[in-house]
Amino acid sequence: MLSGGIHPVSFKQLTRAQPIQNFPLPQKVVIPLSQHTGAPAGPVVKKGDLVALGDLIGQPESFVSSAYHASLAGKITAIEPWYLPSNRRSLAIVIEADGSDRRKQSSLSDWQDLTPSEIVERVKAAGIVGMGGAAFPTHVKLSVPPGRTAEMVILNACECEPFLTCDEQVLREETSQVLEGLQVICRATGVSEAVIAMEGSKGALEALVKACFAEREWPARMRLEILPERYPQGSEKQLIEAVTGRQVPSGKLPIDVGCLVFNVQTSLAVLKAVRENWPVVDRVLTVSGLVDRPVNLRVPVGTLVADILDYLGIKVKAGQKLVMGGPMMGVSIPDQNVPVLKGTSGLLVLGQREGYSEQAPCIRCGRCLEACPMGLVPAEMGRQARTGNWDRCAQLNVNDCIECGCCSYVCPSKLPLVAWFKWAKAELKRRKS
Amino acid sequence: MEKIPLLTPAPHLRSAETTSRVMWTVVLALMPAAAGGVYFFGFHALNIILVTILTCVISEVVCQAFFRRPFRIADGSAVVTGLLLSFVIPPTLPLWMAVLGGFLAIFLVKELFGGLGYNIFNPALAARAILLASFPVEMTRFLPPFQPAVDAVTAATPLAIVKENLAGNLPSLGSLFLGIRPGCLGETSVLLLLVGAAILLARKIITWHIPFTYLLTVALLAAVFRQNVLFHLFSGGLILGAFFMATDYVTSPLSTRGKLIFGVGCGVITMLIRMRGGYPEGVCYAILFMNILVPVIDRATMPTVYGQRPVRKMRSGHEN
Repeated sequence: MLSGGIHPVSFKQLTRAQPIQNFPLPQKVVIPLSQHTGAPAGPVVKKGDLVALGDLIGQPESFVSSAYHASLAGKITAIEPWYLPSNRRSLAIVIEADGSDRRKQSSLSDWQDLTPSEIVERVKAAGIVGMGGAAFPTHVKLSVPPGRTAEMVILNACECEPFLTCDEQVLREETSQVLEGLQVICRATGVSEAVIAMEGSKGALEALVKACFAEREWPARMRLEILPERYPQGSEKQLIEAVTGRQVPSGKLPIDVGCLVFNVQTSLAVLKAVRENWPVVDRVLTVSGLVDRPVNLRVPVGTLVADILDYLGIKVKAGQKLVMGGPMMGVSIPDQNVPVLKGTSGLLVLGQREGYSEQAPCIRCGRCLEACPMGLVPAEMGRQARTGNWDRCAQLNVNDCIECGCCSYVCPSKLPLVAWFKWAKAELKRRKS
Repeated sequence: MEKIPLLTPAPHLRSAETTSRVMWTVVLALMPAAAGGVYFFGFHALNIILVTILTCVISEVVCQAFFRRPFRIADGSAVVTGLLLSFVIPPTLPLWMAVLGGFLAIFLVKELFGGLGYNIFNPALAARAILLASFPVEMTRFLPPFQPAVDAVTAATPLAIVKENLAGNLPSLGSLFLGIRPGCLGETSVLLLLVGAAILLARKIITWHIPFTYLLTVALLAAVFRQNVLFHLFSGGLILGAFFMATDYVTSPLSTRGKLIFGVGCGVITMLIRMRGGYPEGVCYAILFMNILVPVIDRATMPTVYGQRPVRKMRSGHEN
């Protein structure tokens, strides 16, 4: 059971159990080479080149980096800096469709014949990153460092952010493939136990997953763990605690407590990479909020937000905001010309009412302490961060903040606590370098 | 390139609770006891309530103008202070003293320390303490209930009767519970205060931690001193203090563990004053004293940060 956390209204019924729709091929995609955590990829194509769907366009330049592939058959029209949703800029490859349906050859192979290092190689070549949002390169996670042992693989099917149902729907529609992907991950990491962690009771979906357990002889043992609904249970550290009772020490990785956590769509991508040699060129995201037709949509990586809004006939009105990701941790974007990334799980239109109210001074009510899943003291950190006392923030463990936003959510004075902590963390990081 | 007008930092969802909703709910929760005070002690009680509230609101406006702070009268915190102050002064107090109390509560105790959220002491209780030191006679002149005139025969509070072995009839436990006894304006009716406390607990404005540990400590110590436990729980300002004063967010600890310590501390000091101190009642000074200790308690009860617990053995999984 995780400590702290909150119970926001889920809004998931807007898109729950709706079949995934496919976005028609866009005219143009913009594929930033730094969608992941780590060093940016280097372009391996140049302006004017013709590419097929699935062709390599960006190569990882170090171990903690990732590959990128064309999500559209067409012509490279530009390689230029582009704004990401986070308002950072990254070198991006722009592909414009040329109407062809050229497609990279995929080859079927039996993953059970592959060695763990061959699996990791394929995952790396397929450009897989954590598709839950953090976008950490998956091949790095799969490479268990010497001296450490992975004991348990956890499939993160919690999707604790309100509104989002894309992972749930992928698991519903492709249950057996997601679980097979999990088996591949177990093989790559030498783990014999996998846990599918899900939130709340999802009757039919639970039955589907359990039916898949019995479907065939799986090499790794699998079990389903139903956790009580709580945000931010889908956060890696919180999920590990909820499932195993272990806490990842500050500054350490899940592997240090023997755990590896993978998102539903990451698992599916791993299977496609290993079995079909097929890279990450699309993902499913939830488009919801103040829209007429909320939907789970499969879109090519690099599709511009403006194109999705056009396709769905969504007009963002004055006083509304456009959020990429979930409502708790997602960013509101100033410009619709940003691309969908591998880690983009949602596109939400939200009103002012949901996120804004006049600020008042902190009245020390203590709600933020109760809500913080990391056991921090947001009220005190906020007081220090406001006045730029970064050293004191560091002493109060601001660097352990997972930026889940629970403190800001519960604050009756509507203080932008988590925004201050992000600022404090950035300042501390800047000072260190 | 179409621009989206609205940009805010995450999270984009917020709870419905706001500081002003909290304050106005406290005002609502105090209404039964306020009505009770007027019912028991007559029209002058209503005057005191209105005058203290008005004084606090006006003082706050003046102070915020003087200190060039944003005006936040609508948040209701000055109304809460005024209402609570009227509850902890005798219903016979001359109005000008009530006005002085209201001004001191807002100016000296709250705004001088930085305004809402920054005061060290509970404004209403600190103002009461100053009034008690300044006007010891007027601040201890109590009326028996249902006596219309201000110059009526005064009576001692039950705690004073016990403490000073005064002549006078101790009210029954039933009368204490209903509030039919001499005392401060809003503190007498246990029943009506508990109605308000139930509202605060149900609306999750307060948690049980401070009031429960406070009352439990008083009850245990009353038993240790071989006193009537219920008499001590129902007398003085204990119920008012435990549910409405000690729980004041600004002047109580942040963490749950801190709240438990705070409640116990309030209980111990209250009973020490009642049994061994110079005053018949100790709730006011107990809470004020514990207010001083809040920073120390906060520091000593920091929550354990995630990841600083030792790694446990993997919990064995159950089969599906």
